[in-house]
Amino acid sequence: MTATTAPLPRTAVVTGIGVIAPGGNGTAEFWRLLTEGRTATRAITLFDATGFRSRIAAECDFDPARAGLSPQEIRRMDRCAQFAVVSAREALADAGDALAGIPPHRVGVSIGSATGCTMNLEQEYVVVSDGGRHWEVDPGYAVTHLYRSLVPSSVAAEVAWTVGAQGPVSLVSTGCTSGLDAVTRAAGLITEGSADVVLAGAADAPISPITSACFDAIRATSANNDDPEHASRPFDSARDGFVLGEGGAVLVLEERELALARGAEPYCEITGYATRSNAYHMTGLKSDGLDMAEAIRAALDRARTAPESIDYINAHGSGTKQNDRHETAAFKESLKDHARRVPVSSIKSMVGHSLGAIGSIELAASALAIRNGVVPPTANLETPDPECDLDYVPRTAREQPIGTVLSVGSGFGGFQTAVLLSRPRGTARASRRRGAERAAAGTARAGARDEEGI
Amino acid sequence: MTTASPATGTARPAVRDRTTRAVVTGIGVVAPNGIGAADYWKAVLTGRGGLARISRFDPSGYPVKVAGEVSGYSSSRVPSRLRVQTDLWTHFAFTAGELALADAAVDPASMPPYELSVITASSSGGNAFGQREIQSLWSQGPRHVTAYQSIAWFYAATTGQLSIRHGMKGSCGVLVAEQAGGLDALGEARRALRDGSRLVVTGGTEAPVSPYALTCQVAGGLLSTDPDPATAYRPFAADATGHVPGEGGAVLIVENLAGARDRGAPRLYGEIAGYATGFDPPPGSGLPSPLRRVIMSALMEADLAPEQIDVVFADAAGTREADAAECAALAEVFQPHGVAVTAPKTMTGRLYAGGAPLDVATALLAIRDRVIPPTTGVLPARDYELDLVVGAPRPDPVRAALVVARGHGGFNSAVVVREVED
Repeated sequence: MTATTAPLPRTAVVTGIGVIAPGGNGTAEFWRLLTEGRTATRAITLFDATGFRSRIAAECDFDPARAGLSPQEIRRMDRCAQFAVVSAREALADAGDALAGIPPHRVGVSIGSATGCTMNLEQEYVVVSDGGRHWEVDPGYAVTHLYRSLVPSSVAAEVAWTVGAQGPVSLVSTGCTSGLDAVTRAAGLITEGSADVVLAGAADAPISPITSACFDAIRATSANNDDPEHASRPFDSARDGFVLGEGGAVLVLEERELALARGAEPYCEITGYATRSNAYHMTGLKSDGLDMAEAIRAALDRARTAPESIDYINAHGSGTKQNDRHETAAFKESLKDHARRVPVSSIKSMVGHSLGAIGSIELAASALAIRNGVVPPTANLETPDPECDLDYVPRTAREQPIGTVLSVGSGFGGFQTAVLLSRPRGTARASRRRGAERAAAGTARAGARDEEGI
Repeated sequence: MTTASPATGTARPAVRDRTTRAVVTGIGVVAPNGIGAADYWKAVLTGRGGLARISRFDPSGYPVKVAGEVSGYSSSRVPSRLRVQTDLWTHFAFTAGELALADAAVDPASMPPYELSVITASSSGGNAFGQREIQSLWSQGPRHVTAYQSIAWFYAATTGQLSIRHGMKGSCGVLVAEQAGGLDALGEARRALRDGSRLVVTGGTEAPVSPYALTCQVAGGLLSTDPDPATAYRPFAADATGHVPGEGGAVLIVENLAGARDRGAPRLYGEIAGYATGFDPPPGSGLPSPLRRVIMSALMEADLAPEQIDVVFADAAGTREADAAECAALAEVFQPHGVAVTAPKTMTGRLYAGGAPLDVATALLAIRDRVIPPTTGVLPARDYELDLVVGAPRPDPVRAALVVARGHGGFNSAVVVREVED
């Protein structure tokens, strides 16, 4: 190691993944669902959906006690917070000793959620208003922990407590891009030096009467109630809206050098990201996709890379006509010819659209795609919309080496976020291998440090 | 930027960014005791508070009777098309945003849209709107929920609406950390400037005085049940009874110093020179609060020693335990009685996401006018060893101020603002 080497810029790497998703609790089950192309969209069971326009959703088969939460944790946490905490614990276990030797004030938490604890807020409202009878509700019937549901920051606080984080902790709530934005914010905390390890992810539990009624009112969700398993059909000409989902995913982000020094094997690096807004409409999208394209370009700039480096696009792919055309245009605008060569898929076809949570769930899928060299498919894609003419990896997963993934999200408020994940450079495993090769060739050098300075 | 101290255990020291200096060029206030910065500031300096018996609904069935409502405010200030799509919390932000942009003499249409950002804090979203729609759903059925519920209730509504209204297409964000979130939004605004934004509309508002939101706060157990507006919220008093919730907040225009000068911004209220945040250890762990460290980190980043801070705008939670913890941290950093401390929020109540941005606005006005506004209605407990500014405003050559905000659940944030030097 030479003293003249300029310090490397700090980089955030992903070293642990935890997922609670429809059809699969835990990262392993989740990945199996995706690679087998199975769907988890079904008739709603979490409440009686009689009388609703859309009566289908992608629900998690989640028992908080079985997932390891204590009776008091279950009592005080909304389902959303439960998803976040259980995912965080899995992610931390997956990452190994990421927190060993790290002072608590260098550990942060960045959790996204679009709707926070609205499930609990609604259930308790029904009680204090006595079934909606009274506007001036009765505080005498309020449960002790109700305030925690009013302020969704409690979700991030729960994750901070569970890992003992005393650094920057916050909840990011930018609607349906929350799960991407929470992770990129965490990456920013690491690169700027405000934290060394950040538990970053998102959770949402929106399968409740009020949230379903919201989307009914604007006809955003699929009403394909007779065939729920095939209702989420991104890019397919027979699609009729998104299918509401729920879940959570948390990633352990570490400063790269610290992670490598402890021998961690990162899934990927977070190399680029950007958010732009369309300043056009709270729910509508212009078909030109220009603002999402701008976010993608800005993410590529930050990563100092070209469109050609992208091997896979994890699409927003919500399954609304407007979205699918919007993002198809955005890929063509930002990636030019490469858009026609790169596989694009939407896991929402299988796990539904869990609003703020899905961004982190999709980043988890993207990291696993890099690790395993597999592109998850777009389920239910039978007859593509003629205006959606890219390679959307219909129905069957595809094995291929993946160096870089672009994951995008688009949400209410007009927010457009793009994130780039890349296969880690110079990991311990790679360094050891190269070291061994050099030793065999008689050119071994001491230390792996030089080899990491790409 | 960095909050890193020398002994952080980092692989490499973070590089402090000295090229981006974030300055506040516009202030928009909607507060219980004044709409517009001038009106509000006059009220604060004359000790005129906005706490009163709740009028938005009949509070007789509630243990809490007092709140800080923005009594002079009419949502008719908001164009009718937008008014019906949004909650009162967003109405406040429309108004505060317009006031702030006008104050900064900014015409967003004349600037590159991708370099204009909106980053706000929210703590509880569109309360009254959300309650009304849940009420409709449960009393009349799902088809009676309006189309606007999907865009009015969620925490991102204000940022999204401001972005659309002013054509701001840059990096936008929403942070939630209860009362601390407003400072975190300012920290995030600075980050956006470093990432290439030229101007950020930031701050936060809140509208927590609706029946269900109040019920949730009552359940939290931190509200004052004292029915007398004059005595209900007395932070740092030996017999403090909790806090009073308030409405409104502040929107600030934050720009790069160089960019603000280039465009000839009419005034530079001050620089956001330091920001830091930290989270409490898990309950029952016996570990100390990180507040002292957070304050020291913010000072270090601002390159200021404790003796260079002229006034602290305290969080002033209004409970014995939280007040004592804040005073202990201040005494550790500044020595007992070592710095002037004030909490003009006694005149507004605690505004949650709107509270800290309003405190930052107040601190900047204190720097402008070289005067420390008072904390009203409080005689501080002796054992806090606090130099609390009470009674009349205190003339003081204020050049730098510390704003402290602590959010329910364990959030601690601090911002240092200072006058802009050449």
